[in-house]
Amino acid sequence: MLRWIVWRDLMLAWRRRSDMLSTVFFFVIVVSLFPLGIGPETQLLRSIAPGVVWVAALLASMLSLGRLFANDYQDGTLEQLLLTPQPLSLVVLGKVLAHWIVAEIPLVLIAPLVGAQFDLSSNTLLVLLVSLVIGTPILSLIGAVGAALTLGLRGGGVLISILILPLYIPALIFGAGAVEATIIGMSPAPHLYLLGAFAIISLLFSPWAASAALRISLE
Amino acid sequence: MRGDRRLFSGLDFSLSPGTFVQLTGPNGSGKTSLLRILCGLLAPAEGNIFWQGADIRSLREDYVTAVTYMGHRPGVKDELSAVENLRIANALNGVEVNQPDALAALQRMGLKGRESLPARFLSEGQRRRVALARLILCGTRLWLLDEVMTSLDKGAVELVRSLIEEHLQRDGIAIVATHQELELSAGVTKRLELTT
Repeated sequence: MLRWIVWRDLMLAWRRRSDMLSTVFFFVIVVSLFPLGIGPETQLLRSIAPGVVWVAALLASMLSLGRLFANDYQDGTLEQLLLTPQPLSLVVLGKVLAHWIVAEIPLVLIAPLVGAQFDLSSNTLLVLLVSLVIGTPILSLIGAVGAALTLGLRGGGVLISILILPLYIPALIFGAGAVEATIIGMSPAPHLYLLGAFAIISLLFSPWAASAALRISLE
Repeated sequence: MRGDRRLFSGLDFSLSPGTFVQLTGPNGSGKTSLLRILCGLLAPAEGNIFWQGADIRSLREDYVTAVTYMGHRPGVKDELSAVENLRIANALNGVEVNQPDALAALQRMGLKGRESLPARFLSEGQRRRVALARLILCGTRLWLLDEVMTSLDKGAVELVRSLIEEHLQRDGIAIVATHQELELSAGVTKRLELTT
């Protein structure tokens, strides 16, 4: 069942490729604005790079999260998904997985490229990539709770940012922390372990919380 | 209960196989709420719903597999073609449908030649027909249809009527909220009128 939901959402995303591309372009542009604005001060650029890339990733995922359930809600397919025999948290997990593949993986893959503008070493870029691989599932998972809570509300897009961005802070601290540690010559491992732990916790709680929120939103 | 308002109370009925219930009542009388309660999307403020002697809240998945609910919105994805919509909707409900069966169902609903067109190119009524094609393939016992005849032409209403008749002959139950009269030649017809 899970594979049908993932496959369905991937196919829908493929048919609306422009949505996916706009998220990636947003990420690239936001990250690129900093080196352009600050100028060629490599020391400064290197020290702000981890934070800038991570914050841009958080903001970019905000763009796509609003659509996670809203489209299905509008055409009535979400109701039908609620009435399928599998547990709703599994449905949510399938949608989150599809969202991660569609909206987050392109960011992860392009991050080393945009990170190169900040004069980071190849080792640092690798750690940036790894931190995003571990950290971006957190963005999709926690974001799903926010998307479910704000479903059907007017101005939900702004509300979801206010609700969810504070919850992203641990991911931001440890994700950017891992990259900073590498820049100053320390091991990124402790940060990455904590980031991984946070990912597991959100994997355990988010599908359950999001499905509870969805039931309330659809009453 | 919607908000502070009590829509209906003291509602008590049981249905045997092969029964068709025509649910009528003015706008806002609670037809949709009743159907949503019956399918489990909405919890009743008081009371219980039993399916084959067991409370639907304790049955959960077993009950869901016996019910097909269709709401105001057809639940058809614009980006997917008619045939993809049909196959995915069924697969998510645990019924895997092969391509020829799906095409045959769409043909019966009068969508021949439009099977692989993205649904956004279909008219409102045609989209409704795509949604209704699910009834041919779903194989559930209880149908809850909410105003599914809106934006359908005469021919399509006739199709829905024959689908419901076949369903009743297979010992199914159908509860249909509608403003149009449906005269069925099979099964037992009951009327339930809600008032405001």
